[in-house]
Amino acid sequence: MKVGILGVGLLSAGLDGWVKGRAVLAGTSSYSPGSVPEPEPSLLPANERRRSSDAVRWALHVAEEAVRQSTLHAQEVATVFASSGGEMAVLDQLCRALTTTDRALSPTLFHQSVHNTAAGYWGIATGCQQSSTALSSYDDSSALGLLEAAAYATVEERPVLFVAYDLPSPPPLDRARPIRFAFAAALVMTPSASTASVRADLTLAASSQAEVTEMEHQTLEGLRRGNPAARLLPLLRALAQTGSHRACLNVLDDQRLVVDIES
Amino acid sequence: MSPDKRSMTPLTLSAYTLVAATGRGIGAVSRSLRERRSGLRPCNFEDALLKTYIGRVDGLEDFSLGNGLAPFDCRNNRLAWLALQQDGFMVAVAEAKQRYGSDRIAVVMGTSTSGILETEHAYRQRDPRTDRLGDDFTARYRYTHNMFSLGNFVRTCLGLHGPTLVISTACSSSAKVFATAARYLRAGLCDAAIVGGVDSLCLTTLYGFSALQLLSAQPCRPCDEDRDGLSLGEAAGYALLESSTNVGRKGAVALLGYGESTDGHHMSQPHPEGLGAIRAIQQSLDRAGLVPSDIDYVNLHGTATKANDLVEDKAVYHIFGSSPVVSSTKGWTGHTLGAAGITEALMTAICLKEAFVPGTLHCERVDPALKSRVIRNNEARPIRLAVSNIFGFGGNNCSLVLGVL
Repeated sequence: MKVGILGVGLLSAGLDGWVKGRAVLAGTSSYSPGSVPEPEPSLLPANERRRSSDAVRWALHVAEEAVRQSTLHAQEVATVFASSGGEMAVLDQLCRALTTTDRALSPTLFHQSVHNTAAGYWGIATGCQQSSTALSSYDDSSALGLLEAAAYATVEERPVLFVAYDLPSPPPLDRARPIRFAFAAALVMTPSASTASVRADLTLAASSQAEVTEMEHQTLEGLRRGNPAARLLPLLRALAQTGSHRACLNVLDDQRLVVDIES
Repeated sequence: MSPDKRSMTPLTLSAYTLVAATGRGIGAVSRSLRERRSGLRPCNFEDALLKTYIGRVDGLEDFSLGNGLAPFDCRNNRLAWLALQQDGFMVAVAEAKQRYGSDRIAVVMGTSTSGILETEHAYRQRDPRTDRLGDDFTARYRYTHNMFSLGNFVRTCLGLHGPTLVISTACSSSAKVFATAARYLRAGLCDAAIVGGVDSLCLTTLYGFSALQLLSAQPCRPCDEDRDGLSLGEAAGYALLESSTNVGRKGAVALLGYGESTDGHHMSQPHPEGLGAIRAIQQSLDRAGLVPSDIDYVNLHGTATKANDLVEDKAVYHIFGSSPVVSSTKGWTGHTLGAAGITEALMTAICLKEAFVPGTLHCERVDPALKSRVIRNNEARPIRLAVSNIFGFGGNNCSLVLGVL
């Protein structure tokens, strides 16, 4: 599947925005994680921003960055949101409330608990009425999200915004699903691959035919392994460089998603 | 149907199966539709003290998943397993595996809450001093509550190695699986796909919908003028999708079109004019190369909340006028949330195959504010082309066009 890449969004400690993150991933500036950045989704109305979870704000922050770069209007762009666990912090609060005698759940928290909460808020913030899909594939959520987004762009012949995000699970769920670092990334893809300055060719291969690409930088490799959304790092590194680069993402140990980037 | 205008190759549902409160397997569900026998009963789920009715599937407490499947054991996966045993579905998948190879069959599942009931239990049993959750829960979270659990479970049971994902867009989840599978097939990422959905009862949704004041104290009454909310249910269903150019069996049910949209309006209330719904329905017809007057039957989302049924009616009437008969089947199963898409697509398949349309169960007087042609009683009539609507939280909409080849 051939697509054009029109915009990239990125947020993680030391990878705060695509401009800064790109320099780190291309190796022209050093990686120093430091403190965790604060997401600033500007499209979300102030009252919704206050009520929304960290996961929503991280997802919308990178979505905005990628769409801004693409110069497309958000209302024209379909969306695919990928996250292993989605709204873990909201689920924690609901499960706590269910252990109380009256089991009174907040209606707002309840409708914010769905896996498509970030996708839904993106639609509300932008007024977008295009197709929107939210999915999970555990550690390979971002690879399956990328596959879904590329299939959407090529088959439906429409631009698509792909967002991958996972945040550290709140205690006590952190033992069940240890995610140590927060990470979110977004790509805007267009079906008109030939005219785009950055092009991606995506194919599925048997796992015996391609090794999963790892990060040479030890801390970045730790980040890649420690957060399902950060499994996109090798692809982001390929996008950060010029020329031809390949990134192979794991697809459930049986297959690999091979992405060839040209710019 | 005009093939030249059509933008997708019909996809044959070459095998399918369904378990809901009204029965195990397509035959049992079909009989319950004909006999107008509801699966709803007063809420007796765990210790939930709610004045509401539920569409509970019997027997899920009577067995557990053993051997290699033991880590997956939870209500949602038991229900998933039960459905895999019906209608010769596993045999059909084994045959497809022979034809295509296990890595050429994708698994696209839908659920809204996955195995959250396990987490609810674990929180109740957590150490009150340290907040620590039990080790068995912690070790099995990946196989029970995590959103991918269902996809992992189904590919494991079926021995499939193709791309696998779980779509979770609240109530539209297992309608959207058809759209994703259609794209995968079109893009050549697989040669066949197992689509489906499973959602099971849990306290999160029972108390959550209660908090939203959307639960009726009676069995839900879709389209009734006095409807006052929904009944929750649980269900599991699957279909094996293949290109009709490979398995174009005459008389088989096929997916002819799909439409997906969002409202961009509110997390839990539909767009007042049904703009997102209109967009999804129109797109599904366009993909199928059909015009509204081609459609004989519309299976409504029809949850029986005041707002849903009114807004859906606006959208359906806007597109179809009063030409097709329309009904909701939620009176049989309750709202099965992430499983509603597959449940209602397969009920629509039953109608197409067996030439009857179920009248809206529990609807005593059709709300005079509704303009579409809502039917209350079952009608024996051949239908050739039908639309199934599903709308969900986050304003996420999906419509499917199904027909007989």
